[in-house]
Amino acid sequence: MTLFGRLTWSAIPFDQPIPLITSLVVALALVGVAIWITRIKAWPYLWHEYITSTDHKKIGIMYIVLGLVMLVRGFADAIMMRAQQSLAIGASQGYLPPEHYNQIFTAHGTIMIFFVAMPFVIGFMNFVVPLQLGVRDVAFPTMNNVSFWLTASGALLVNLSLFLGEFARTGWLGFPPLSERAFSPGVGVDYYLVALQISGVGTVLTGVNFVTTILKIRAPGMSYLRMPVFCWTSLASNLLIIAAFPVLTVTLALLMLDRYLGFHFFTNDGGGNSMLYMNLIWVWGHPEVYILILPAFGIYSEVVSTFSGKPLFGYRSMVFATLAICIISFMVWLHHFFTMGAGADVNAVFGIASMIIGIPTGVKIYNWLFTIYGGRVRFNVPMYYAIGFMLTFVIGGLTGILLAIPPVDFVVHNSLFLVAHFHQVIIGGVVFAVMAGYTYWFPKAFGFTLDERIGKWIFWCWFIGFHLAFMPLYVLGFWGATRRMQHISDPTWAPLLNVAFVGAAIIGLGIALTVVQLLYSIKTRERRRDITGDPWDGRTLEWLTLSPPPHYNFAVLPDVHGEEAYWTRKQTAIKEDRLIDEPNYQPIEMPLNTPVGVICAFFASVCGFALIWYIWWLAILGLIGAFAIFVWYAWRDEHEHVIPVEEVRANARERRRIRMEHLHTLSQST
Amino acid sequence: MSTHGEAATIGLTHGGSEDTGLGQRGPASKSIVVPYGFWLFILSDMVLFSALFATYASLVHATDGGPITNQLFDRKLVAVETLALLISSFVCGLAMITAKRKNLMWTQIWLVLTALLGLAFLSIELFEFSKMIGEGAGPQRSAFLSSFFTLVGCHGAHVTAGLMWIGTMMAQIWAKGFREDIMRRLLCLSVFWHALDIIWVAIFTIVYLIGTLP
Repeated sequence: MTLFGRLTWSAIPFDQPIPLITSLVVALALVGVAIWITRIKAWPYLWHEYITSTDHKKIGIMYIVLGLVMLVRGFADAIMMRAQQSLAIGASQGYLPPEHYNQIFTAHGTIMIFFVAMPFVIGFMNFVVPLQLGVRDVAFPTMNNVSFWLTASGALLVNLSLFLGEFARTGWLGFPPLSERAFSPGVGVDYYLVALQISGVGTVLTGVNFVTTILKIRAPGMSYLRMPVFCWTSLASNLLIIAAFPVLTVTLALLMLDRYLGFHFFTNDGGGNSMLYMNLIWVWGHPEVYILILPAFGIYSEVVSTFSGKPLFGYRSMVFATLAICIISFMVWLHHFFTMGAGADVNAVFGIASMIIGIPTGVKIYNWLFTIYGGRVRFNVPMYYAIGFMLTFVIGGLTGILLAIPPVDFVVHNSLFLVAHFHQVIIGGVVFAVMAGYTYWFPKAFGFTLDERIGKWIFWCWFIGFHLAFMPLYVLGFWGATRRMQHISDPTWAPLLNVAFVGAAIIGLGIALTVVQLLYSIKTRERRRDITGDPWDGRTLEWLTLSPPPHYNFAVLPDVHGEEAYWTRKQTAIKEDRLIDEPNYQPIEMPLNTPVGVICAFFASVCGFALIWYIWWLAILGLIGAFAIFVWYAWRDEHEHVIPVEEVRANARERRRIRMEHLHTLSQST
Repeated sequence: MSTHGEAATIGLTHGGSEDTGLGQRGPASKSIVVPYGFWLFILSDMVLFSALFATYASLVHATDGGPITNQLFDRKLVAVETLALLISSFVCGLAMITAKRKNLMWTQIWLVLTALLGLAFLSIELFEFSKMIGEGAGPQRSAFLSSFFTLVGCHGAHVTAGLMWIGTMMAQIWAKGFREDIMRRLLCLSVFWHALDIIWVAIFTIVYLIGTLP
């Protein structure tokens, strides 16, 4: 054993131009950003306002920035795959050798699920849930910061594999025996395992944090059946995190034991059973898709209700459907491998359960439709996504029902039909919701709205691009095209693959336009300022505060009477043409900033990196460092700082003044 | 998580409610929120162990021609081991009672005793492990042994973490006294320690008792 384990100069891909040049460009971009931040002297601001912040809103924004950055990386992988499949037909081998292509599809799936979709939904939960519950922060603000940085640490390790070594070539779930050391001796699978273990710890902590927050920290009068639906879906999602993510931790840990210490869980010899891995990983994996889609459903509920100017239709049935999905999602995992051969009875049970889970989802679709029905609908960008979602997601759901029929599944298992199905529900469900939520809550976070016109272009890029990219894959799947092919031998598939490439390119245009929209909106922010804090005529409590809200959200916790806490309050104010009486302000205690999250993630990254490269002494140092930072943090005596009552009162009076002006304009218009 | 379940709970000290009902009276106080969050963490830990139990159950007969449960386990040794852990749980309860009475000396004594009994448990476990490995029945021998060492070893790792936590808490009590936040941490520690007992009872039954049936 050398000092640096198996890390040598050969780990840098000097002979592979694509990863080498990409890494150099990324490194230059990072250095450029760092120099720019130094020149505008923004490091102290970033350190105090974001990196060490325990403010749920700031942490939410950091999650969403992480998601956006990683979306670009995940999309780069996607367009490379589409290009390869359009080029490597018949005699041509394309431009990506198999070992590189396999890393790309693995990285694409891993990144899109763990470091794009998860940060997005957790980011929205962070930003929105405490505001909607009418409280000042989550239950454990410091732990929240730790969760974020552990997720970021995982993302860092995955991206490091581009420059040092390789990534896994096993597909995004790392199935054994391929992922065992005998068949994947390199560092790729180890990068995958270590990165997911570190970010997985962060996710479990998030789950604990948010279930505690939603069940124990709500404004006075905010009983369960007065919570906005987004809070309900977040609750369900976090319950699933607590129940499912430990299983992922175990599954990956067992594979690590196989790889690092020669255990025999999933090996071909020694009595190992690779199908045990399939069962375990999908016991996590199926709830995982609901962890992603339930908060997305919550976002659509908020958007549809707000922009239809109506309370959500069937609120209670929505809550019931959410919890039904939460429970049934644990009873369908075997439909991912009907072909295992568990027998007709077992397959039938899981097939029927998979179809049953479509029922509460259907209930939700009808609720949204009936909310729109008879409403005074305003077609802002978030509403475009909500309607685009309903059209797209229903088709994705129907192809899912097809796949839930075991005999059909045997035919299209692991084909492009499956690929088209899950992209249809994840892009049409989760990504559209992310884009809707991004547009909807952006003014709350930054105090100005995003440009509507460019926003609509982005929507059409996603909508048209998605359908062009994935509808052909259904057809190709029926023709027999399997997933993850580096080379296409049947030239008759070329036209449809080219259509798919064009679709992916249009989605790429949408992603580029998102950057343009952000820059343009920042440039023209003065004329799209959200003065009132309620730009969409909202119905839930986040629109009660100013945009952006003060650190403590509410000077006094709102008293909730009935569903639609803010809407009721707003209507009463308009009718009586006055605000509620000025409350008795008090000083507010808020948690202090803390560097513990970023330091802890630093040690976790060091330890993870050392494990990947077999640098044992460094791994031990990393662990000791992480433990030391915890003990150091536990030793602190100051937990909170007090915001003096004068400051609270001054801010609150300013808000009341703005609200009064707004109220007068509203009362005059009605 | 461990020593940090009790991170600050934002501006709740003003009007924080002790209401354990449906939260209609506003945010609950820290003394409710912190243990509640810790219970949820314990729940996730239970899920973790249930996945390990499932793995053990599906691989227990995959011995690859190697030793089977009956040839490996010694009921008498495990009985002593179990006794040590159960008594440590009782002693941990005594530590909590004395801590509530703010009796520094006896709290420390009971905590040391808890840790010593935990250490005795761990030593017996390590002795059993080394004996098995010495006999060629290490975790690399078969899938059954892989799952045995992982399930029991994971519990052992939890006990080790608990010992480190006990040490940290003893230092904190000594340096800072029975402050409110320290008391919450002690409560979480005792919940953790008792939860390890529950897991052990399941391991004792499923692995050792059933494994040594004639």
